[in-house]
Amino acid sequence: MNFNITDIPLNSYLALSAILFSIGVIGVLTRRNAIVVFMCIELMLNSVNLTLVAFSAFHGNITGQILVFFVMAVAAAEAAVGLAIIIALFRNKMTMNIDEINIMKW
Amino acid sequence: MLVDYIPVGIMIVFGVAFGLFMMKASEWFGPKNPNEIKQSIYESGMEPIRSARERMSIKYYMVAMLFIIFDIEVVFMYPWAVNFRQLGMFGLIEMFIFVAILMAGFVYVWKKGALKWD
Amino acid sequence: MNITELFAIAPIISITIVSLIVLLVEALVKRSEGLSYWISVVGLVVTAYFAIATLPLIGTAFNRMVTVGGFGSMFATLFSIAALLTIILSKDYLQKEHANFTEFYLLILFSTLGMMLMASAADLIVIFLGLELMSICLYVLAGFLRKKVLANEASLKYFLLGAFATGFLLYGIALLYGASGTTNISFIVQNSSTLSASPFFWIGLGLLLIGFAFKVGAVPFHMWVPDVYQGSPTTVSGFMATGAKAAAFAAFVLIFLHPQSENSEQVKTVLAVISAASMIVGNIIAISQSNIKRMLAYSSIAHAGYMLAGLAAGNQLGKTGILFYLVTYTFMNIGAFGILSLLEREEDKNLTFDDYAGLGFKRPFLAALMAIFMFSLAGIPPFAGFFGKYYVFVAAINANLTWLAILGVLMSVVSVYYYLRLTVLMYFKEGDMQIEGIISKTSLAVLTIAALIIIQLGVYPSSILNIINNLN
Repeated sequence: MNFNITDIPLNSYLALSAILFSIGVIGVLTRRNAIVVFMCIELMLNSVNLTLVAFSAFHGNITGQILVFFVMAVAAAEAAVGLAIIIALFRNKMTMNIDEINIMKW
Repeated sequence: MLVDYIPVGIMIVFGVAFGLFMMKASEWFGPKNPNEIKQSIYESGMEPIRSARERMSIKYYMVAMLFIIFDIEVVFMYPWAVNFRQLGMFGLIEMFIFVAILMAGFVYVWKKGALKWD
Repeated sequence: MNITELFAIAPIISITIVSLIVLLVEALVKRSEGLSYWISVVGLVVTAYFAIATLPLIGTAFNRMVTVGGFGSMFATLFSIAALLTIILSKDYLQKEHANFTEFYLLILFSTLGMMLMASAADLIVIFLGLELMSICLYVLAGFLRKKVLANEASLKYFLLGAFATGFLLYGIALLYGASGTTNISFIVQNSSTLSASPFFWIGLGLLLIGFAFKVGAVPFHMWVPDVYQGSPTTVSGFMATGAKAAAFAAFVLIFLHPQSENSEQVKTVLAVISAASMIVGNIIAISQSNIKRMLAYSSIAHAGYMLAGLAAGNQLGKTGILFYLVTYTFMNIGAFGILSLLEREEDKNLTFDDYAGLGFKRPFLAALMAIFMFSLAGIPPFAGFFGKYYVFVAAINANLTWLAILGVLMSVVSVYYYLRLTVLMYFKEGDMQIEGIISKTSLAVLTIAALIIIQLGVYPSSILNIINNLN
C-alpha cells in the first residue's frame, strides 16, 4: 500500500476545500444559533487548511504546512474567546439566537 | 478515469435505496404495539433517571477551554523535536523562550484559580 | 540569528516583555491595577523610544519574516502612542464603570503587539498572526464591561463578523501561496506580472482585499462598525478606530503600495469604488445620528474612504498622504473619544448631541478641545485634518482619479454639517448636562497635548512629512 498525497490531482483537493468553504459561508449567513455560526466559521478555517496542505504537497515546500500549524493555534484561541463571549451574552440575555441580538440599529 | 467509478456509484445508490426501503417496509408491514417501556430511551438496560439535556457545570467548560489552548501549543514542539539535532543550541534556546511565554500564561491561569475544581 | 537582529525588532521584544510582566504581576500581586497601570505606561514609553531608535534601520530579519526599521518602526511608534493615550484616558473611565481590572491594560498591550507585527511584516504568515493577535484581544476588549448587554452584543457581533472575515483573508493567503509557492510579500509583489496568469492569484488578491477592507471598516464590509463602536467601552472604541484601523492600513500599504509594484488598472478601480462608497455611505448616514459615538463610527467609515483614495492612487504621494492622515487621525479621534469617555455617565448617559448643548458655558476648556477635534476631523484648514485630506486627494488627481478627489471634497463638505452641529450646540444653546464628578488632571493634560499636536501638525505639516518621506 504505497499511497502518495500527490496521487490525487490537485484540483480535487481544491474543489473539496472550495466546497467546504462555501458550506461554511452559507452556514454563517443562514444559521441563527451563535454556536452553529461559529462552527461554520471553524469549517471555513479548516477548509483553508486543506488547501494549504494540498498546495504544500504539490509545491514541495513546507511553508503551507507551517501556516496550518499557526492557523490551528489561532483557531483554538479564537474558539476559547468566542465561547467565552457567547457565554457572557447568554448570562445577560438568555438567548443564543442572533436575530434577537438587535438592540442597536442604525 | 472517472468511468471506473461508475460500478461503485451504482453500488452506493442501490445500497442506500435498499436500506431505506427495508426500514420503511418494516414500518409499513410490521405490527405496532407501543407502550411506555418501549418508548423510553435505551440506556444499556439502566433505568433513565432524568433528561440528558441538562446544564453542565461551568468547570467543565473552563477545563475544556484551557485544554484546547495548551493542547494545541504542543503542536509546535513536534517540528522542533524532529529537527532537534540540526537546530542545536539555537533551537533549544528558542524552545525555552517559547515555553517560558507559555508558562507565564499558565501561572496566570493557575493563580487566578481557573484550575481549581471546587 | 544574532544580536543585531534582536536589536532590530527591539520595539516588538520590549512590548512583549512588558505584557508578560503585567501578566505575571496580575497573577502574583493582589490589587495590582495601580501597579500594572504604571508598568504599562512606562513600558509603552520605552517601546516608543525603541521604535524611534530603530527608525533608520533597513532590511529584513529572521529569515525575511519581518522588515526592520522605517515603515514598521514609524507605525510601532504610532501604535505605542495610541496605546499610551488610550490607557491613560481609560483609567478614569474604568473606575467610573467599576471595571478597573489589570486585564484591560494587558489586552491593550497584546493587541498593540499584534498591530506592530502587522506593520512590520515581510511575510503573509506574520500579517495573519499579527492581525489575529490584535483582533482576538479587541473582541474581548469590546465586551470588557461584561454586565452591559450592549457590550455583550458588540463583542459577539465583532467576534462573529471578524472571524468570518479572517476566513476570507486566510483563503486569500492560501491561494496566493498556491499561485506563487511562497508567502513572502516582496517575492509575490515582484513577480506579480508573471503570477497574474494564474486565476489563483486574482482570487487570492481579491479575498485578501475583502479581509483588509473589513478590518478598516470600508463599505460594503462596514456593517459591524457602528454597533461595535457604540457598544464597546468608549476609550476602546477610540483605540479600535485609530490603532486597529492604522494596522489594517499598514498591511494594505505593505501589499498594495509596495515600492516595487505597480497596481493594475483593475485593482485601482476596485479600490476607488470601495473608497467612493465608503465616503458616501459614511457621511450620509452620519448626518442622521443622534448618538455621538455612532456618529463618530460612521465618520470613521468615511475617513477610511478618504484614506483608501490615497491607496487607489497607488503613487508615492498617496502613501505619504495615508501615513500623514493616519498620524493626525489617531490624535484627533482618540481625543474625541477621550472627551466622550470623560463626560459619559453610567448607563450610557451624556452620549447624545442634545446632552452636549451648553457645554461651552459649563466646561469651556473641554468644549474648546472638543471643538478643535471636530474642526480637525472636518478638515478645516488650520488643523492637521486638512492636510491629510489634501495629500490623499492630490495623490488621487495625479493618478487620473479626479472624479474620486472631487467626490471626496464634496463629501467633506457634507461632513462639516455634523461636526459643526456639535460645536454649535455646545456654544449656542442652553442645556442641562449633568457633569458632576471628577475629571482627572492627567486626562485633561493628555487631551491638551493631543490637541496641541493637531495644531502643530496643521501649522507645520513638514515636521512629520520629512520623517515619512525619508522612510525606506
